[in-house]
Amino acid sequence: MSNNENTKVVSDEQLIKDVTAGEYKYGFVTDIDTHVIPVGLNEDVVRYISEVKGEPEWLLEFRLKAYRHWLTLEMPRWAHLDIPEIDYQAISYYAAPKTKPAPKSMDEVDPELRKTFDKLGISLEEQMRLSGIAVDAVMDSVSVKTTYRDKLAELGVIFCSISEAVKDYPDLVKKYLGSVVSYRDNFFAALNSAVFSDGSFVYIPKGVRCPMELSTYFRINAAGTGQFERTLIVADDDAYVSYLEGCTAPMRDENQLHAAIVEIVVEDRAEVKYSTVQNWYPGDKDGKGGIYNFVTKRGLCRGDYSKLSWTQVETGSAITWKYPSCVLKGNNSVGEFYSVAVTNNRQQADTGTKMIHIGKNSRSTIVSKGISAGFSQNSYRGQVKIAKTATGCRNYTQCDSLLLSDTCGAHTFPYIDVQNDSSIVEHEATTSKINEDQLFYCNQRGIPTEDAVGLIVNGYAKEVMNKLPMEFAVEAQKLLQVSLENSVG
Amino acid sequence: MTAINQYIELFKATREAIDAHSAGALNALRPKALEALEGARMPVKGDEDYEVTDLEEVYAPDYGVNVNRIDLGVNPAEAFHCDVPNLSTCLYFLANDAFFAARNSDKNLPEGVIVKSLRRAAVENADIVEKYYGQIASLDCRPTALNTLLAQDGLLLYVPKGVVVEKPIQLVNILNSATPLMAVRRLLIVLEDDAQARMLVCDHTQNKQTDYLNTQVVEIFAGKRAVFDYYDIEDSSDSTHRVSNIYIRQQEASNLMVDGITLTNGFTRNNYVVDLDGDRTELHLLGMAMASGRRHVDNHTAVNHRHKYGTTSELFKYVLDDQAVGSFSGLIKVFPGADKTEAYQSNKNVCASPEARMYSKPQLIIDCDDVKCSHGSSIGQIDQNALFYMQSRGIPEHEARLMLMQAFMNDVIAGVRLESLKDRLRHLVETHILGGSSSCQDCAGACPTTKKD
Repeated sequence: MSNNENTKVVSDEQLIKDVTAGEYKYGFVTDIDTHVIPVGLNEDVVRYISEVKGEPEWLLEFRLKAYRHWLTLEMPRWAHLDIPEIDYQAISYYAAPKTKPAPKSMDEVDPELRKTFDKLGISLEEQMRLSGIAVDAVMDSVSVKTTYRDKLAELGVIFCSISEAVKDYPDLVKKYLGSVVSYRDNFFAALNSAVFSDGSFVYIPKGVRCPMELSTYFRINAAGTGQFERTLIVADDDAYVSYLEGCTAPMRDENQLHAAIVEIVVEDRAEVKYSTVQNWYPGDKDGKGGIYNFVTKRGLCRGDYSKLSWTQVETGSAITWKYPSCVLKGNNSVGEFYSVAVTNNRQQADTGTKMIHIGKNSRSTIVSKGISAGFSQNSYRGQVKIAKTATGCRNYTQCDSLLLSDTCGAHTFPYIDVQNDSSIVEHEATTSKINEDQLFYCNQRGIPTEDAVGLIVNGYAKEVMNKLPMEFAVEAQKLLQVSLENSVG
Repeated sequence: MTAINQYIELFKATREAIDAHSAGALNALRPKALEALEGARMPVKGDEDYEVTDLEEVYAPDYGVNVNRIDLGVNPAEAFHCDVPNLSTCLYFLANDAFFAARNSDKNLPEGVIVKSLRRAAVENADIVEKYYGQIASLDCRPTALNTLLAQDGLLLYVPKGVVVEKPIQLVNILNSATPLMAVRRLLIVLEDDAQARMLVCDHTQNKQTDYLNTQVVEIFAGKRAVFDYYDIEDSSDSTHRVSNIYIRQQEASNLMVDGITLTNGFTRNNYVVDLDGDRTELHLLGMAMASGRRHVDNHTAVNHRHKYGTTSELFKYVLDDQAVGSFSGLIKVFPGADKTEAYQSNKNVCASPEARMYSKPQLIIDCDDVKCSHGSSIGQIDQNALFYMQSRGIPEHEARLMLMQAFMNDVIAGVRLESLKDRLRHLVETHILGGSSSCQDCAGACPTTKKD
C-alpha cells in the first residue's frame, strides 16, 4: 500500500470518527414555569392527575384499572436492548406549564416557548404562515397552542388535545380510547393508560379529506418528568388525513422516560398517513443521559379498502423500543411501514413493525433501513402474521442495514407466520458496510469522502424519505445530517 | 409434574442399571446433566425459538427406556436386507439405541478409522471419548441434558489425521418396539486435521403403530482443513416423535456440509448449533421437508461466526400439505472481530393446502462491520402462471405440478455432494409428490448408495 493510500485510509477513519462523534446540536433547556407533582406513582397520583384535568368518572376508572393491571406486570426484557433498571417511583408523572388562561393569539404565547420553537427552526408563526400546517404544540404535558382549529372545524374535522376532547367529545373518546391498544396490551401501554398526560385527538368525519397536514411537535422539557402522550386518530368512512409527529428534546444528563401510545382507527375506504421524525436527546458520546423511548403505536384498519401508512425517521433517543403496527382487519385493506433508524455512539434501537392480516386480500409492505455507527446497536424486529381466514394476502418485507463502524451491531429478527395457502409472504434482508467501490467512484469524480458518505447514506434512505410529506422531508434530511452526516458524511 | 420429572425419577430409580450398561465418559457426565434438569421444564409453545413447538407435550407420555438393554428382538439384517455384494457403503445400525455392525462393515475402512459402539469406545478408546464427549452439547438445552442423563450407547466415528475415508459411512437407525419407547441415541464424530469423510444417517421405523420418541444428540468435531458431509434423512412414521440436537465445532479452514431431510415423520424438531471456531471455515447447511397430514416439522439453526473469513450458506425448503405445520427459526450471529464473514440464509416454503401453516423466523445478529450477510424468507404457492403455461403446452396438470415441485426442491438436492444420493432423493421426492409412499420400502433400494447388480 502506498503512503498516499495509507493517509487516505487514516483520514477516512478519522472522518468517520469525527462525524459520528458530532455532539447533539439541539440541546437547550427552556426556562418556563412548570408545575411538577412529587415523584412516585400510586393510586393517589393517578387520581390526582385525573382530578387536575377535570376528567369524568369513567376515565378515572379506566386509569385505575390500567394502574392496577400495571402493578401485576413486569418490564419486558425480550428486546435486544440493554436497559438499565428504571425506578418508576423516581419519576414525576405530571408536569404542566403553570396555567395562564389559554392564549387567543400568538402574542399571548409565552415568549420563552416561542423562542424554543424558533431555535428548532419550527416557529409556530412560520409553520402557520408558510406551510399552512395546523400545529398542536405539546410542551411537556399540556397543549399550549392549537392553530387552524377553526378552519378545520368548518369541515367537521376535530383536532384538539385529548383532554379537551374528553370534555367536548366524550362519546367519541369513550368509544375509541383503548379500542386498539388495550391497557392490558403491555407494560408500557398499561403505564401510559394509567398516567397519560395529554396528546392529540383527531377525528375526520365521513367523506372528508383533511385539507392540510396535521402536525404535533412534542417536546420533553421539565427535568425529571416522564412524558406520557396519548394520541388517538379516527378516520371515518372515505376520510383521509396525513398526520405528522416530530420530536426534539433538550439536552439532559438524567435519563428520561417517554412511554407514549398512538391509536389509529381507519374505517371503510379511509386512509391515514402517519409520519414521525423522532429526535429525542440520544445521550452524549459515552451514553450518558438520553431519552428512553418506549412507544406503543398501533392502527386498526377496520374497514374494507382502508389504508394505513407509517413512516418514521428515528435518529434520537438513547433507547428506542417501538413497533408501529397495522391490524388489517378489513378486506382489501393495506398496511405500510417505512422506516429509517439511525443509531450512533451508545444508542440502542429495537424497532420494526407488526402486520397482522385478518381481512381477505389485505396487503402490506415493510421497508426498513437501519444505519448504525459508533458503539450503537440497531435491531429490526418485525412480525407478519396471516390468519387462516385471510386468504389472498400479500406481504413484502425488505430490511437493510448499513454499518459504519466495526464496533456497532445490526440485527434482524423477523417473525413470519402464515396459516393458509393463498397468501404470499416475502422477506429480504441484507447487512453490509458502505460500498468502497461507490466511495471510490465518488472520490474519483472529485467528491470528497465526507460528501460521498453523505450522498450514499442519503441515497440509501431515499426510499423512505420519499414517503415523508414535503415539509417533513426537509427536516428529516437535516436530522440525518446532524446524526451522522456532516462528518461521516 | 413436568415431563422431565418422570425421567429424573426413572433415572434415580435405575441409575445403577444405567451405569452398568454404559461406561466411562457417558456415566461421568450424568450428575451434571441431572443438575441442569432439576426443577426445569421442557420448552413450550411461545418460548423463544419454540413458537409453534411444544416439547413438554412431546415428552409427557410415559415412554419406556430400555435401561437394561434387553434385546427387543430387533434384527437389523431383517430390517435391512441390503447385504448385497459390492455394498458401496460401510454400513452400521443402531437398533433403537443399541449398536450393531453388519458383516463386513469395517472391511472398507482405512486403517486407524474407528467406527464402533460408543459404549465400547468409552472403554477401549477412553482417551478420545473423554476428550470430546459432551464438550459442545450444551446442557442448557433441556432435551440435550435429558439425552446426556440417559444415553447409554450410540456410535463413535473417529477419523485420524490426514486420513480420507472414500466410502460413505452409513448409519441406519431402526425403531422397533411393541410398547411406546424412547430411544436415547448419542453420536460422537471426530475428524482430526486434514481428515475427510461422508456420513449418511437414515431413520426408519418398524412396527409403525407404536409411539416412539426418538431423541438424538450428535456432536461433530472437525479439525483443521477437515472435510465432512453429514446427511440426516428421516423416513419414519406418523407416530414417531423426533427430537434431534446436532452440535458442530469447526476449526480453521474446515468444510462441512450438513443436510437434514424430512420425508416421512410424525413430529420433528431438529436443532443445529454450529460454532465456526477458526478462520476460513466453510459451512453448508441444507434442509428440506415434505409434510402432509398432521405432521409437524421444526428446524432451528444457530450459526456462530467467531473468526475471520468464514462462509455460511444456509437453505431450508418446505412443502406443506393438508394440516401440516412447518417452522423454521434460524440465527446467524457474527461476533466482533469476525471480519470478512459471508453468511447467507434462505428459507422458502410452499403452502399447498388452505390449512397448512408455516412459521418462519430468519434472524441475523451482526456485531462487526466488514461482513456480507443476507437472509430471505418467502412463503407462497406454486406459480399459477407457470402451471397454466405448462398445461397450455400439453403437459397434464399433475405432471406440471410435479415438475414445478421438483424444480422447487431442486436447489436443496443439487447442493448434495453425493451423486447417488442426489438421484435417490429426486426419486423419493417424486414418489412423495405423486402421493405414493416415499418410504424406503425395500431397504436395499433405500440405501441410496447401494447398487444392485
